[in-house]
Amino acid sequence: MGDRSLLVELGDEISPAVNQRVQELFSAIDRHRSKGILDLVPSYRSLLVIYDPLRTSLDEVKTGIKNMWNSTDQSRLPQPQTVKIPVVYGGEHGPDLQLVAQYHNLTPREVIGFHTRPAYRVYMIGFTPGYPYLGEVPDAIATPRRETPRTLVPKGSVGIAQKQTGIYPVDSPGGWQIIGWTPVTLFDPFGKPPSRLVMGDRVQFHAITAQEASQWQT
Amino acid sequence: MADIEILEILSPGILTSIQDLGRYGYGRYGVAPSGALDSYALRIANLLVGNRPDQAGLEAMLLGPAIRALADIVVAVTGGNLQPRRNKQPIEMWRSHILKKDDILSFDSALSGFRVYVAVGGGISVPSVMGSRSTNLSSGFGGLQGRALKKNDILTSENHSHPVKTDTRAFNTAWIPVYPNNWSLRVIWGPQDDHFPDENRGTFLSASYKMSSDSDRTGIRLQGPVIRQKPDIQTSIISEGVIAGSVQIPGDGKPIIILGETVTGGYRKIATIISADLPLLGQIKPGDTLRFTAVSLEEARQALIGVEENVRRIEASMK
Repeated sequence: MGDRSLLVELGDEISPAVNQRVQELFSAIDRHRSKGILDLVPSYRSLLVIYDPLRTSLDEVKTGIKNMWNSTDQSRLPQPQTVKIPVVYGGEHGPDLQLVAQYHNLTPREVIGFHTRPAYRVYMIGFTPGYPYLGEVPDAIATPRRETPRTLVPKGSVGIAQKQTGIYPVDSPGGWQIIGWTPVTLFDPFGKPPSRLVMGDRVQFHAITAQEASQWQT
Repeated sequence: MADIEILEILSPGILTSIQDLGRYGYGRYGVAPSGALDSYALRIANLLVGNRPDQAGLEAMLLGPAIRALADIVVAVTGGNLQPRRNKQPIEMWRSHILKKDDILSFDSALSGFRVYVAVGGGISVPSVMGSRSTNLSSGFGGLQGRALKKNDILTSENHSHPVKTDTRAFNTAWIPVYPNNWSLRVIWGPQDDHFPDENRGTFLSASYKMSSDSDRTGIRLQGPVIRQKPDIQTSIISEGVIAGSVQIPGDGKPIIILGETVTGGYRKIATIISADLPLLGQIKPGDTLRFTAVSLEEARQALIGVEENVRRIEASMK
């Protein structure tokens, strides 16, 4: 891509297997720390390798990646952490919960039941700092994005877009259906690492009350 | 050594922020580079005041700030011509100047270009966040408290003790960039250029586009002939990494040039601006016209080497 990055595509679908391959290649390149590599952006099905064209070349980067790909070892992937995320569903914290329920002819309680069921995979972090793309949402509650995105979605909002779910770590515009809110801080620019979640982690949501959430903050 | 107060913001202008050359290595956490859009201008400004080229400076756009010196300092102003003045008297750009304590550096509207850069000898000391002092305005970190500068802000420096020697730093004025109103930007096709029919790829290269006024630091939006993707494919792609200079084609077919505030995106990218031309993106202003020319990877490499040779030549001539 251009004269300073290489987009390595490892599949053409959203699937745990493809995403795992991306993670394996990402970890291998990250461990290797080849000269001239500036940044790595892993996503659902591809890895963007950004390099300094004055210190290395596309050929050199390609050769390095091929060698690493042949020697990637799944056993060296970090053990995924499972992170429990408490969520206040509905009300002012989840203005679209009712709409999602109506869309599927469910009660809000049933929507919460479906949303808290899976241990979601963190497919990638993107869009804004610390924003986890989680999947996959049960078909029973998969809902399209809002037709008109909101100009401001508050930090901590939990949303659904088709079979993806995610959490807004900072105030930002956004088009996902907002069904709840979490008091957990997902992005801290001074944190090491700055993002609470990383690719490959698992997320398990559970419902809490607004009062429990206010205690959580203190 | 304790920080010394060097600058007070009297008026912030439209958008003035602290930027260095950007924040790299945190893309996996969704953290975009940010950084000076015209990195070339910031590097030269730093060299003119005796700094390392990657130190943090001020970036202002369109209508610049007014700043009071709180100590004797050396400054250099580069980039777009926003008519810099010292105590109301015009001063030359692309060379260093001494500001005495209580001198006022002010700007007016842009005569050419769009963004102006101010470097201060010794640099501006704000905390380094993830390896950079650049302000990430959309997420609110880096720079001064993660935000644009405002009236009464005080900026400090760790070390401004070398001003007098660099007062005369300048270079051959023939090497100063000229910012036109009609721009030609070089691109390399891809990564999704094959998602567009040949006639639309042809349109992309033959058309003249206008920069739209709803552009900002996240992207340059273009008005002009619409680029259609092939009819039998979905409107968006699975989200993936993007870089500054990625030319996205969203559903409405109007190209958007991504700048350094985004790490991922779900639109197709027809082409990517070459590294040598990236600094120009900081100087294109709303209403300017743009054309794209496709080049090879080798041409892009030669162009970038040319830019770097220019920086070295300027640096060498200052010593």
